[in-house]
Amino acid sequence: MEAVLDQFDAVLKAFGYTALLFAVSGVFSVLLGTLLVSMRVGPIAVLNRAAAVYITVVRNTPLVMIFMFFQLGAGKVWNLLNFQWVDIHIGTLDFTSFFTAAVVSLSLYTACFVAEALRSGVNAVPLGQAEAARAIGLPFSGVMSQVVLPQAFRASVPPLASTLIALLKNTSVAAAFGVLEAAAQMKIFTNNHADQRWGIFIAFALGYIILVEVVSLFATLLERRWRIA
Amino acid sequence: MPAAVLFDAPGPATVARHRIYTFVGIAAIAGLIAFAFYRLWASGQMTYEKWEPFFTPRYIEAILVDGLLITLQMAFLAIIGAVVFGVIFGVGKLSDHAWLRWPCWLVVEFFRAVPVILLMIFCFYAIFGDFEPLNTRTYWSVVLALTLYNGAVLAEVFRAGVNAVPKGQAEAAYAIGMRKTQVMTLVLLPQAVKIMIPAIISQCVVALKDTALGYVIAGVGLTRMARQIFPTFQNHVATIIVIASLYILVNLLLTWLANWVQRKYVGEKKVLEVSMVGEHGTTTGAPFDSR
Amino acid sequence: MRFIRTKAVFAATALALSLAACGEAGEEEGPVDVEVEENAAEQFEEGTRMRELAEAGGVKIGVKYDQPGLGFKDPASDIPTGFDVEIAKLLAADLGLDPNDTSQVEWIETISDNREPFLQDGTVDLVLASYSITEERRAVVGQAGPYMVTGQQLLVKSDSDVESVDDLQGKEVCSVTGSTSLENVEAQGMKPVGFDTYSECAEKVLDGTVEAMSTDGTILMGYAAQNEGELSVVGEEFSEERIGVGYSKDYPEMCQWINDVLTESNESGQWAEAFEGTLGASGVETPEFPELDPCPES
Repeated sequence: MEAVLDQFDAVLKAFGYTALLFAVSGVFSVLLGTLLVSMRVGPIAVLNRAAAVYITVVRNTPLVMIFMFFQLGAGKVWNLLNFQWVDIHIGTLDFTSFFTAAVVSLSLYTACFVAEALRSGVNAVPLGQAEAARAIGLPFSGVMSQVVLPQAFRASVPPLASTLIALLKNTSVAAAFGVLEAAAQMKIFTNNHADQRWGIFIAFALGYIILVEVVSLFATLLERRWRIA
Repeated sequence: MPAAVLFDAPGPATVARHRIYTFVGIAAIAGLIAFAFYRLWASGQMTYEKWEPFFTPRYIEAILVDGLLITLQMAFLAIIGAVVFGVIFGVGKLSDHAWLRWPCWLVVEFFRAVPVILLMIFCFYAIFGDFEPLNTRTYWSVVLALTLYNGAVLAEVFRAGVNAVPKGQAEAAYAIGMRKTQVMTLVLLPQAVKIMIPAIISQCVVALKDTALGYVIAGVGLTRMARQIFPTFQNHVATIIVIASLYILVNLLLTWLANWVQRKYVGEKKVLEVSMVGEHGTTTGAPFDSR
Repeated sequence: MRFIRTKAVFAATALALSLAACGEAGEEEGPVDVEVEENAAEQFEEGTRMRELAEAGGVKIGVKYDQPGLGFKDPASDIPTGFDVEIAKLLAADLGLDPNDTSQVEWIETISDNREPFLQDGTVDLVLASYSITEERRAVVGQAGPYMVTGQQLLVKSDSDVESVDDLQGKEVCSVTGSTSLENVEAQGMKPVGFDTYSECAEKVLDGTVEAMSTDGTILMGYAAQNEGELSVVGEEFSEERIGVGYSKDYPEMCQWINDVLTESNESGQWAEAFEGTLGASGVETPEFPELDPCPES
């Protein structure tokens, strides 16, 4: 435990990367997931199939393999996928190729689960809502964006929260792929301080538990506020 | 909500518009696929040398035996362990005694909230640090970490499963004079397990995918195989495609199996669902393999 | 029907043969002609560990499996390859054991962190896994040698302008998470990027994502040898690592034996051959044979 306290700056920075990976990938996966679910429930058969295939393939692929592809494979296929064009530095935090590849991998993966969560939300919207929306003459885009999706988002807060919590935990995969986030920092400490392994593990586990609780608290508040009568 | 409710039966103008969308959609998807293949081709990934190991019997054997088989073994052992862990802690969480219920709750919540990778790193250094050779050490670290995580998830599934048994069952059992233990072991458990089976099988998909996380501790099974093939053949793209396909194939088989068991033995009821860690309140929502 | 089946069998055999012909990696026997000592047991005194091993006809050697050029095992072959492995083979051959026969020499995958317990409890008899000699380790296990002296250097693209650490201040440099090398990277003013193996770092240097990776020169030479003309080892060594052979302290007599075999391998030229055939494949100059530490009094 002393190691953790002595180098608390490093620990905070590591959890900072974890939180940022989570936040940035979270936004992108919700956007991409929304697109996927629109394709999935939309009237165009081809898009429907394409989204279904994408979701089936990606959700059955281990996240590690997706990371491996974007770190070791994609750049060899197409130079742009090396993400070397990303080079942002804010304070002591660096957002370069490694962070970007991690965000891309996490977003592409999590989007599937977001889409599934939203779909369960769409299914929970009462039939009459969509019928009424159609009755007043809204086209599919209007039905979705004005009536169904806003309610679907509310209904899917619990499954969406689970998905995002899973995403938060999944950011730890980036440890093996060049991002010095919490799991990587824990590995470094564990390797260097053989006598404090239990303490180090508990400390980092607590860090994650706090982050998980923050996300779920936020979800609970949101759910309460948005609850459909 | 059935998708058909979301939009009108299309009129002539809409049909025409949809036709355009369909066409644009096909063009976009085909374009994307074509571009991917073009890049694969142009970057020299489609040469025979890159794919050679996957046509060489000794490598195929290594991939299937030292790779896939080991991965399946780890997932299998982890699930067996997880079921045991899950039943013990699931029963513990249902206990009438607070001194038993709370520690069980704490353990279950802890292992559900902590990333599996953290557990693996910890097991690798602190628990199995004295195991040799390296692959045995990684192997057991992966199995133990996955047992703890999936066990915690299954404990929750199990609790939900017991709670899903109609109340009258327990009441009837008590009425004929059974003890608490008897009610649990003779009446509730067998029925709960039946409800749980498809959930356990879908948890297998999660466990199988998560064996890949062993990558952070030197890797074992399929991911390890990938790592050992890269340096000789410099064929990262081909290897990643092949290894990922193997995972996908096995997972699809498992999913199919889960659905089949569900239909055959449990009926058309939805697969049991539990709330995610940290979620307070209802036990609806979360799809199992949301990680 | 019979005809078709025969044809199918024929086709399958032909396919298998043609396939077997393509993947020959891992089949070659290593660059050094290892001569297996005959009647080896008799050259050792009664009661020594060497005699025990020679008579038992088996030795267990811990090496790395994922370090091209040092200790690497192809999934399709039984025997690892690399410089560490070649030295290990010389030791095994001196015991009268055939290093290409896995029933006589058992290879065990080992990583360098806390390997001490396995030497102590006899899980392995010898460790040759880029095992650097340190005082802390020598307190619990024996370390003979060194058979190689190296230090932390940089691996860059061959067409890179980088010549030393000074050219990389504030730049991202790759190494393995949790290794001393990665800490040195930070201490030297570069930004650490951690992967799980050095091979992945080498890939990131090759594709230009990072300008350099940094760790022991021997490890880097392995990648330079593998990617001849694309990667080069540069820079002053900014640490000194002395790579030795690990053995159990219970058998102090092994130290002198190991040192004798190493000295002999230097005189016979096998040590240089081992280097040239593995790490030296990229054309780096073969280093001087290091001065061996005297064995502790026992």
